[in-house]
Amino acid sequence: MVVTCEHVWSEVSNYLDGEVDPGLRAAIEEHVRGCKNCTAVLDGTRNVIQLYGDERMVEVPLGFSHRLHRRLDENMPRSRRTFLGWMVAAAATFLVVGGIEVARSTSRGPEVRSELAKRGSGVPPGMMVVVSENGRLFHVAGCEYIHEKDKLRTVTAAEAENEGYVPCVRCLRKYLVTNAWTAGSDDASRRA
Amino acid sequence: MMSLEQPAEQLHEAMLIRRIVAGEHELFYELIRPYERRLYATAFAILRNEADAEDAVQEAMLKAFKHLGQFRSEARFSTWLIQITMNEARMRRRKAHANIMEPIDGRSMDGKDEEGSYTPRDFADWREIPSETLERSEVREKLAEALSGLGQIYREVFVLRDMQHLSIEETAKMLGISAASVKTRLLRARLMLRDLLAPGFGGAWSSKLSFAKGTKPW
Repeated sequence: MVVTCEHVWSEVSNYLDGEVDPGLRAAIEEHVRGCKNCTAVLDGTRNVIQLYGDERMVEVPLGFSHRLHRRLDENMPRSRRTFLGWMVAAAATFLVVGGIEVARSTSRGPEVRSELAKRGSGVPPGMMVVVSENGRLFHVAGCEYIHEKDKLRTVTAAEAENEGYVPCVRCLRKYLVTNAWTAGSDDASRRA
Repeated sequence: MMSLEQPAEQLHEAMLIRRIVAGEHELFYELIRPYERRLYATAFAILRNEADAEDAVQEAMLKAFKHLGQFRSEARFSTWLIQITMNEARMRRRKAHANIMEPIDGRSMDGKDEEGSYTPRDFADWREIPSETLERSEVREKLAEALSGLGQIYREVFVLRDMQHLSIEETAKMLGISAASVKTRLLRARLMLRDLLAPGFGGAWSSKLSFAKGTKPW
């Protein structure tokens, strides 16, 4: 099969998408090898696809996420957990204030269930997490590192921390810090 | 049918959707966060204005939240969000242009209708384009400018196919056109963009970008 330049141009898109049959593909490749113009068209079109397909191509305006979040917050109906949320917030405040007092008097946080465990920092107190009866970690629901799946309870992060659970190193890694108590009390002060 | 590409993420999404529908509204932001950039790109490609695109995404996400219970897991969640954003952007564009002539819709920049063949005009050699060039804001601006120069029907198809990586069928369904039309418009969009960009990438921009011959960083 012999193809012309016009034929190549009309099929360049399908060719690059792998949507031409083997016979036509071979004919296009044969033509392009000896045609400078068609080589330029094929290479250039391939570059267009590559450049625009790169996610760096799009720049989101500064503050876009923040404004989107705020608009959603302002317009979404209140969560059906509002009352519980208030209770959690009240409990969290109580815990934070209490925690600071404890920190002042003992320089220690609530006793954790494992001496080796690291406390978390900045875990949203109202976040729903799961804990197992004999475990020492709290997890995001669905975390594959949850053991004793039949003895799970869903509690708030504030409750879990108060009971001595610490964040799972897998699903809640971002809340773990090395100097746990220092960072934790700083965060507690901020929230208070 | 649910794709098996990333079952863990899809399961996580399905779990989040169930919880949001059940009342944990605050989780909605976590659900849509991975797609923000893609949604903005979709709206911007249609509206060609940052503020309008941002507003369209916000409005679209409020609609997505409101109708989240109607989402069916046979579709990809990302595609569903893109569809809502696309509809919102198109509606705004229609309103904004209700009384204005649309000279470029249905026509390519050379004035032929979409069924006519397109003849490339520039044959500048443009072999290598390293993705690193995208780190340069002036290159991104040139690319955005070129895309803005296309008629809407070409921009829409190009954005969904080559920027959002939807399939021919998904693109056709989303725009309410045939697969053949998607292919025709995509070909023209790609060739027109190549024509618009070839002179720059073929040499002119290289010197503007201070790349002396033989010292290109790639």
